[in-house]
Amino acid sequence: MIVDNAVAIAQSRRGHFAEGSYSGRAHVLLERSLMAFRNSAWLAVLSGFFEPVLYLFSFGYGLGHLIGKIPLQNGHIVSYAAYIAPGLLATSAMNGAIYDSTWNVFWKIKFDRIYQSMLQTSLGSVDVALGEISWALLRGFAYAVGFMCVVVPAGLITNWWAVMAIPSAVLIAFGFASVGMAITSCFSTFQQMDLINIAMLPMFLFSGSFYPLTVYPGYLQGFLKALPLWQAISLVRDFTLGMVSWGILWHVLYFVVMISIGVTFTAKRLTKLFLR
Amino acid sequence: MANQEILIEAKALVKRYGDFTAVNGIDFQVRKGESFGFLGPNGAGKSTTMRIIAATLTRTSGDISILGKDPEKFGPEIKAHLGVVPQTDNLDNALTVEENLYIYGRYFGLSKKFIKPKIEELLDFAQLVEKRDVKVEALSGGMKRRLTIARALVSEPEILMLDEPTTGLDPQARHILWDRLFRLKEQGVTLLITTHYMDEAEQLCDRLMVMDKGSIMAEDSPAGLIKSYSTKEVLEVRFGSDRNAVVAPQLKEMCERIEVLPDRILLYAEDGESLLHELGQKGLHPLTSLVRRSSLEDVFLRLTGRTLID
Repeated sequence: MIVDNAVAIAQSRRGHFAEGSYSGRAHVLLERSLMAFRNSAWLAVLSGFFEPVLYLFSFGYGLGHLIGKIPLQNGHIVSYAAYIAPGLLATSAMNGAIYDSTWNVFWKIKFDRIYQSMLQTSLGSVDVALGEISWALLRGFAYAVGFMCVVVPAGLITNWWAVMAIPSAVLIAFGFASVGMAITSCFSTFQQMDLINIAMLPMFLFSGSFYPLTVYPGYLQGFLKALPLWQAISLVRDFTLGMVSWGILWHVLYFVVMISIGVTFTAKRLTKLFLR
Repeated sequence: MANQEILIEAKALVKRYGDFTAVNGIDFQVRKGESFGFLGPNGAGKSTTMRIIAATLTRTSGDISILGKDPEKFGPEIKAHLGVVPQTDNLDNALTVEENLYIYGRYFGLSKKFIKPKIEELLDFAQLVEKRDVKVEALSGGMKRRLTIARALVSEPEILMLDEPTTGLDPQARHILWDRLFRLKEQGVTLLITTHYMDEAEQLCDRLMVMDKGSIMAEDSPAGLIKSYSTKEVLEVRFGSDRNAVVAPQLKEMCERIEVLPDRILLYAEDGESLLHELGQKGLHPLTSLVRRSSLEDVFLRLTGRTLID
């Protein structure tokens, strides 16, 4: 039965999980994002689809022409475009998630005061954090599907494990979005926000999108492997190039930990910001 | 009103930020159907008190209950009882007028079926029917305020909280807004209003709490406050900035009370005209003079020694 009384709805949450900070309505945030998306945000989302595709054609085919074939650890030989495609997919999942969870969130906190309006209703901070992060996750999913629609006809995917790149992209987007939102909730100036851009570009260039980390000395390799983008690229690459082993679970675990920390921290920060 | 059920009750309520005390041990009760106002200058602790009631700010000490519930224990439930109109509009700029009303209802968990007819009713109430498909950014200040009020009513709250509802609006927009709020009051909605405009307080509030520096200075109906803390009439005179202070001691003996402000002198008396006449007889001829009825501004001046708007 549908109860259409705000108080009765709120009362029904008594004794439930995280009562007071979670109302079980994170999905209404998605409903809001979808409306905002229809109104105007679709252009920004669309540009995120073209980014990896443009990189793929420029680097994969342009530069790939000079580089030739790449031998893999498992003995297979693939084209340079096929080698970098998973890296680009992982990166676009990251970029979409980061854009949504940093600049968009910053704007909503500082200028639109949207979270303030949400938290003056019976929604809780966990609903807001989960809802906003889920939108980034949907975006990651859409990018992954779109990218697949380009790379499969281009002949860059030759095994069925590659389907797993789609849920991987969702996981990656989820991880980056939760940490991105957590970091943003601590920032209050544009200068601080620029730090995010400063960190993102080198991570993109050096995390093994375009060449294997083995070109670096050991200590640097260790550092880069600890970064989330290398974890993301490895996860997607292992699937698209069919290098599947139990080791993949470590990457998955990495993101699960990242998500848990990000969501918990974000909800705590939102509470501190708007419900002191 | 006095025998109505108590909706909000605060006892020795305190809020401190480090060394700064924003709310300094206040007690008050708000009854069902009442229109209750917090009057005071900026920084008096009005908004802080409102946020504690709305369960978006925790208190340092003391007790508060809203419909018998502690906001720190039952935050979401209390928020479901309230409609909140914050000082600064926080409408969703990415959405249209109609979408703003819809999604706000969804935040409370209400169904589409419930919200849709509600939207029609509220658009009509806020006089925004023609603007329903317009993005919020394109609205005037007065329209935004009306939409914020309409939005707060989506969940059919028992108490509507308005923090400085007409600050920043032009006179015409203020009067439209007052009219809307008056209608709500007639419908029996309990209103909680903060304001630093005395005319607003006089128009809208049944009962007022005058606040300054986190404390309650007085509490009564607007008319009651004026009766207790001021005379019936006020004579405002100007002798020119240099002479104001010179003539003040002489004027002091002629009336009940006197306030010397930088630009003018206020003389409190039961009959302003006859006092002005008396002044002339003693050879005191002010450059300008004005007789008016006492207002809440005078009450505030008496209670705190300061004017409401600096």
